[in-house]
Amino acid sequence: MIPDLGKYTDTVLTSYAASIVLLAALIVFSVLRGRKVRAEMEKVEQRMTRNG
Amino acid sequence: MSIAAKANALWEYANPRKFLATSERVLPFFWITSMFCIALGLVWGFFFTPDDYKQGSTVKIIYLHVPAALMAINCWLMMLVTSLIWLVRRHHVSALAARAAAPIGIVMTLIALVTGAIWGQPMWGTWWAWDPRLTSFLILFLFYLGYVALWEAIEDPDTAADLTSVLCLVGSVFAILSRYAVNFWNQGLHQGASVLRAGAVTGTDTEEKVSNIFFYPLLVCIIGFVLLFVALVLYRTGTEIRARRIKALLARERVGG
Repeated sequence: MIPDLGKYTDTVLTSYAASIVLLAALIVFSVLRGRKVRAEMEKVEQRMTRNG
Repeated sequence: MSIAAKANALWEYANPRKFLATSERVLPFFWITSMFCIALGLVWGFFFTPDDYKQGSTVKIIYLHVPAALMAINCWLMMLVTSLIWLVRRHHVSALAARAAAPIGIVMTLIALVTGAIWGQPMWGTWWAWDPRLTSFLILFLFYLGYVALWEAIEDPDTAADLTSVLCLVGSVFAILSRYAVNFWNQGLHQGASVLRAGAVTGTDTEEKVSNIFFYPLLVCIIGFVLLFVALVLYRTGTEIRARRIKALLARERVGG
C-alpha cells in the first residue's frame, strides 16, 4: 500500500503525520470554538428577548 | 457595473450581518473543494510520483512544506491588508478577520518550520541552520505569537485592534523577508525559489526548477491550502463577530439591569 520510501521512510512519514495532525487540530479547534460561541450567542439573545 | 461601483459594493461586507449571511452561503463550497484538492494533491504526490534523483523520497515533503510556507507568508499579507482597512476605515469586520487569521498563520508557519527541519536533517545534515530564510521564518512565527498575545492582553477591542494593526505593519518586513531573503543575501542552505517563478514554470530560464511531474500535484496542494485558508478565515471571522456581539449584548444587559 505505502510506496517504498527507502531509507527516508521515517523522515517522510513523520513530516506527513506532523502536518496532518497540526492541520486537523486547527480545523477541529476552530469548529469547536465556533459552535460554542454560536450556542452562547443564541442563549444570550433568547434571554434578552425574554427579558425585553 | 463600473469598477468604482464594484469596489463600493465590496464595503457592504463590512456589515457583520451581510458578512455572516454571505460566508454561511459560500463556506460549504470552500470546505469541500479545499478537502478535495488537498486529498487529491497529497495522494497524487505521495503515491504516484517518483523519487527525486538527488533527494530520494524526501521530495514528497514538498507537497506540505511549500503550500504551508506560501500560506504562512500570504496569511500575514492578508492580515496587513485588513489591518490597514481597520486603521483607515475603522471597519470592525476587517480587524476581526485579521485576528481570526493569525492562528491559521501560526499553524502554517509551524508546519513549514517542522517539515523543513525534518527534511533538512537528511539533506543538509542538520535540523536547523541560521540561514536567512529559516531565520526570517522563525521571526515571522514569533511575530504571529506576539500578535495573538497582544490581542489577548488588551481588554478594549478597539485599542487591541489599533495596536495589533501597528504590530502587523512592523511584522510585514519579516513576511516579505521570508519570501525574498534568499535573493537579498545570497548565502545559506535553503535554495532559492524554484516553484512559483514564472521562468521556472514556463522553462524559459536556465536555473534549477521543479520538474512538472512534481509541480502538478504540488499546484493542486497549493490550491487546496489556499481554499482551506479562505474557509478557515471566513468561519473564524464569523466566530469572532459572534463573540464580539455576545460582549456587546452582555454589556447592554448589565447597563439595563
